[in-house]
Formats: sequence, C-alpha cells, structure tokens
Amino acid sequence: MRAIGIILAGGNNNRMRELSNRRAIAAMPIAGSYRAIDFALSSMANSHINKVAVFTQYNARSLNEHLSSSKWWDFGRKQGGLFVFTPTITKENSLWYQGTADAIYQNIDFLKSSHEPYVVIASGDCVYKLDYNKVLEYHIAKRADVTIVCTTCNDPSEIERFGVLRMNEDSRIEEFEEKPMVSPYNTVSAGIYIIRRRLLIELVEKAGQEGRNDFVRDILIRYKNLKRIYGYKIDTFWSNISTAESYYKTNMAFLNPEVRNYFFRQEPAVKTRIDDFPPAKYNPGAVVKNSLVSSGCIINGTVENSILFKDVYVGNNCVIKNSVILNSVYFGDNTHIENCIVESRDTIKANSYFCGEDGVKIVVENNDRFAV
Amino acid sequence: MMKKEMIAMLLAGGQGSRLGVLTEKVAKPAVAFGGKYRIIDFPLSNCINSGIDTVGVLTQYQPLRLNTHIGIGIPWDLDRNEGGVTVLPPYEKSENSEWYTGTANAIYQNMEYMQEYHPDYVLILSGDHIYKMDYEVMLDFHKANKADVTIACMPVPMEEAGRFGIMVADESGRITEFQEKPEHPSSNLASMGIYIFSWKALKEALIALKDQNSCDFGKHVLPYCKEKGRRLFAYEYNGYWKDVGTLGSYWEANMELIDIIPEFNLYEEFWRIYTKGDIIPPQYISADAVIGRCLIGEGAEIYGEVHNSVIGPNVVVGRGSVVRDSIIMRNTSVGENTVIDRAIVAEDVCIGSNTVIGFGEEVPNVKKPSVYAFGLAVIGEHSVIPDDVKIGRNTAVTGVTVPADYPDGVLPGGQNIEAKEGDAL
Repeated sequence: MRAIGIILAGGNNNRMRELSNRRAIAAMPIAGSYRAIDFALSSMANSHINKVAVFTQYNARSLNEHLSSSKWWDFGRKQGGLFVFTPTITKENSLWYQGTADAIYQNIDFLKSSHEPYVVIASGDCVYKLDYNKVLEYHIAKRADVTIVCTTCNDPSEIERFGVLRMNEDSRIEEFEEKPMVSPYNTVSAGIYIIRRRLLIELVEKAGQEGRNDFVRDILIRYKNLKRIYGYKIDTFWSNISTAESYYKTNMAFLNPEVRNYFFRQEPAVKTRIDDFPPAKYNPGAVVKNSLVSSGCIINGTVENSILFKDVYVGNNCVIKNSVILNSVYFGDNTHIENCIVESRDTIKANSYFCGEDGVKIVVENNDRFAV
Repeated sequence: MMKKEMIAMLLAGGQGSRLGVLTEKVAKPAVAFGGKYRIIDFPLSNCINSGIDTVGVLTQYQPLRLNTHIGIGIPWDLDRNEGGVTVLPPYEKSENSEWYTGTANAIYQNMEYMQEYHPDYVLILSGDHIYKMDYEVMLDFHKANKADVTIACMPVPMEEAGRFGIMVADESGRITEFQEKPEHPSSNLASMGIYIFSWKALKEALIALKDQNSCDFGKHVLPYCKEKGRRLFAYEYNGYWKDVGTLGSYWEANMELIDIIPEFNLYEEFWRIYTKGDIIPPQYISADAVIGRCLIGEGAEIYGEVHNSVIGPNVVVGRGSVVRDSIIMRNTSVGENTVIDRAIVAEDVCIGSNTVIGFGEEVPNVKKPSVYAFGLAVIGEHSVIPDDVKIGRNTAVTGVTVPADYPDGVLPGGQNIEAKEGDAL
C-alpha cells in the first residue's frame, strides 16, 4: 500500500448524552462484539495499510485499553505498526489538540518521517467497511488533490450533523457546507479523506501558523476552489454513531439479516480485541427472540429485539425489549427494560423498571457490582 | 543461561481412537469442547494460570489442526522471548530415527529441549483431560515432601477403581505400591496422568530406560523410580477432572457444562480458560427460535429449536429444525425441519433439510461396538448429510454422503457409512 493511515479518535459529542461520560466515541461498543474504531482500523488493515496513527484526546482510557495490543488487527509489525498519539507538552506547545488539523499539526513529525506518498484520514466513530485502495485508485485517476468519501443521507433531520456537499458531473466538489441547519443537497461527507502526504504537511503547517485548527472548515472548505477536491460516493452501509439516537439505531441495524451478513459473514472480516469469555449460556426460563447475544452472557429471562454485549447476566423473569445492553451488565430478577441503552458494567437492581417513553432512555445506575 | 524453575511437557500426540470419527483427522487434544474450546486449551490455560511460561507440546498424530491452533501461543500469553510454547514433533536423528513410541520415550527424545531451560522440576501433562488445576500448589506439595516424583491422584468410587492406575500411599502420602487396573484394589486413589519430577530423577530414569520398548510413564518410569528407592508421593486432588476418552464421557462432559450452576464453571472470573478466538461476531437468535437450556458459541445463527445442547461458533440451525441433547461443533450448518437427537456432529458438516439424526432403538454397532455406543449418532468432520434421510443410534457417518448411501433413505441403528471425501462445501 502506498498510504499511511490516520484515525481521528479524540472527539466527544454532548449529543451522546451520558454515554460519552465514560469513554471517547471511538471506544463505544458496537454490535455486541466490536468497538467503533474497529471498523476504521480493520478497513485500514484489510487495505494493507500497515502504518496507522490514532489521535486521541477525550477520555481515552477505554480506547487505550482497547488498543493496548496491536496484534488483533495484525499491526504488531516491525515495519509500520499502530501509533497512538495523545497531546503532550513540548517546548513549542503545551495546549490540547485545538481541532483536527491541529492534532495533525502537533504530530507533523509522524508525517514527515514517513515515506508513503499518500495519507488516508478516517474518523473513529463510523461503522462501515471500505477498501481504501479503491478510493486511492480513484484519487489518482482523477488527479485529485483531496478525495472525500461521501454517502447519501436520506433523513433530512440528520443533515445538520454532517458536512453537506455538491459535486459536478465530474464528481469535483463545488459546494461544501459544514453542518448546515437545512440544505438542498443530501450528499454528505463520510469523514474519510485521501490526500498526498506532502500536500497535507504543507496545508496543515500553513493552517497551524495561522492558528486555524479544523481540518474540514479551515482546509477543505477554504481550499475547495483552489485545489482539486473530489467526492467518492459509496452506497454500502455507513453509519455515524455520534448521537445517542444514531448509536442506538446503528446497533439495532444489525438485527437486519443483510447488515449482519455484510459485516459478519462477508470478507473481509472486521477484527477486534479478543477477551476470552465462554460461550453464551441459556438457562431454563430463557426466551430469546430476534436478538444478538455475545459471548459470556448468561440468560434466565426474556430478551426481545435487543443487542446484548459481552458478559451480560439476565436474571429470572426479566424482560428486556428493544434495548441495547452494553458489556458486563448484571440484571437482578424481575427487571423490566424497554427502549433503553444500559451503560456498561452496571448493576440493575431486582424489580427495577426502565422504559424509554419517547425515544431511547440511557440507564446509568452506578450501583456496586452485584448489589442486588 | 536460561533458567526456569519448572517447565511443562504436554503429551498431545495420541490419536484417541475411542473417539471414533471425531479423531479420524485430528489429534484428540485438538477436538472441540464446550462450544468454543479445544481440549488442549484446558492444560495450556492451567499452565499459564499456574505461572508456568515454558511449555513443550509433543505432537505426532495428525498435528495440523493442533499446530494451527497453538501457533506461537498468543491466546495463552505463551508468546515469550524466553520459553513460551514450543511444538515438538518427532524428528530425524543421525542414527536410530523413530517415532514417539511411548509417553516416556517421547519425553526422552526431547531431552535437549528440557536441558536448555535448566529446570529444577518438570511437569508432565497429557492433553486429553478437562479440569482446572493450580500446578504451583502441587509443586509446593512436591517441595514440602522433598519428593522426587509427585503424582496427582483423585479419589474414585471403590467399585470403579479397577479401571484406573491405582496408587497405594501411606499416611504421609508416600506411595508404597502401584496397581494397574487391579481386580481387588487396595486404594481408591487413581492416577490422573499428571506428574511432577525433580529434574535429576527424571533425567536419570529416562536415560536408564532409553532402550525400553514403548517406554511409558505408568508402566516403566514410575516403577523404576520406586525400585530405585526414590521418594514418590501422591497429591490428592478433589476438584472437577474429567477424562474425555470415550464418546460417552466426551458427550457427558459437554452436557455437564449446561447445568444451571455447573460443577465445572467456565464463567468464573478466576482461572479463565483461554482459546484461539478466531470467530468474533455475536450470535443471532431469530424471532421463531426456541432456546432451551444450552450453550451457544459466537457467530451462530439459530432459527429453529435448541434444547439441552452445546452449539459451537458459526453454526447455523435452520427454521423448523430441532436439536436436542446434542453437540454441534463449529461451522456446521443444519437445514430446515431437521431433527437431531443425541448426536455429536463434528466441524464443517453440512446437514440437509427434513433429515433425522438419531432415531429408533439402540442397537450395538456392528463394526466397533465399544466405540459407537451410548446411543449416540456421530458425524465426522467435513461430512455432508443429504436431505430426507434418517440415521439411527450408535452410528457413525463420515464423508460426503448422497441419498444412494441410505437404502430406503435410512441408515439403521448400529451401522456406519464411510463415504469418500469430496471437495464439496
């Protein structure tokens, strides 16, 4: 591969509500067995990019734990490998990352010391599979300066979360607006960019010296008429999880057989950290319908239309419906959970009742383990 | 100089012929167990959990799956700069090349490997038992008794003692007599095939017995050590330990995992069992599925009914199918409206629709009545079972079978089919 990878995983979003108190969005658990960053990381590994930098900043403990060994994605190599860059104090700088461009600027030496001609930049909060080689071929064929992977957003209410763009017949981007309230267009940026390494260094250094910190606003949008910026449209599954609602929806999408088949059965596979839980165990009284259940779960109650992450214990006579239960949650007996996301490592006391009335409810109890 | 206080030598070369078609293409330690594990995961996990980081795995019979599974030992944290796991197959020597002819002979042929680590103690294990054991506690016992050899033993019911190698010990635990499958046992302490040797005693015995045919620990080395006046001690172990040497005991050990609080509990945080986790996605239970008491592995998709069974990773059970009292190993698919009752189905098997596996009365197997018993129907790996056939009990099927292999669509109880392997699937 002729590219190195950068994954932007520093972000937080208050629309994740309580969920982001615990961890960076890139470390959010997805589809029972994965974390959000696995999708970008696996796509990089599967595209034979063997040198990848992850930029983290916000509450990275959980993310660092997940990335503590690079072997799961086959990045444990002498050539290349996985690099995690958190903000550090240097002679020139003692600030946090002020934005995406600043994060790259503060680690410009990583770019300068590489020799691969291209850089793939991806964000750690999207669920997708993509062969970046195909995008790179397109990038070269179009003689583009920057290629932005984009997709269609069919829900007008979601437009305001994305960069919205319009391309001409040649796919060159002519209009690009970041997070507009309304827009006549529905093509949105997927947060994946390809750019020549030397050009990236040049643009980021210039932005850095001018105190401009955001990669999209201060580089892509400012340069769109000056540089050849192209769009590469994908129509495969792509979903951004940075609000509680979209996080819930993205997880629930895996109950759809086509989505499951695409991610779980079709090559290339998405890789993640292995944590050695035994197979799921169903005891008498377990009734499970249309649900995903991960390893280490023990089920004694009813589970319907739900996603159970690893190591979840469901007590007797519990009813769990339309919910996403994160890792290592313990449900005491006779608990009723409906339309909820239950935060990981929590203990829900026996006879509790939680129901999301309008929209999804986030349950964070902070009870001591097994205080049932 | 590399120095390890204790290293382990794990005997994993045996075929385990009493597991019939399950071990036709893989060594017994590589046979799947408990949904996601392989039998060898238990001794390997015990090693690392006991703080032993140097393990030689002796392979001989059909080692491919075992080698792939072990790799460089990553799942057990046995990828080390010094020590770690080393697979030790028989090798050609400048003169007198031979296979491993017996358990002690295999260890003797790897003297150099052991020597490299300058061990004080060597732990001898076999790769075919299901148990959790802290070998460090056993080593403490060995040291406290200033023993030369310590043999792990467990009490068995007196009436069954005749099936085992029995140790007779005095009050201090020192062994005074061995009885191999005795008619009138004078003790109920059965050897578990787990030994700790002080290095000097082991080396001396192996060299002295190097010309012994099929040199075996139980038959030759232990009696030799005792004759020489070495200090042999019995270490009594009272936890769960299961020999999965027969199809019946293999089936039973799997079924015991399904108990509400199993005696052998995989869900405890302490003493985790590690395995190569190559299948990642969660399992999917469909809206029409009925799930009874069972274990189900990663990536499985259940559209039918599963009761009292152990289902491996990536298994698909089709709509309307019923699986009962059975073990289905990884990557196997079961068609629609098929019934599987009291069967063991190995890996990568393709079972058609409207088929019945396990029906009718128990009839002794015509070819191997002692192997294919217990009322089980056994399907070997990479087999294909067509639609609309019925397979009786105490049967074995391997290979790609077609309807013509089943006269009138039935394989009666006690019969076997050995079909050719196809490159199907």
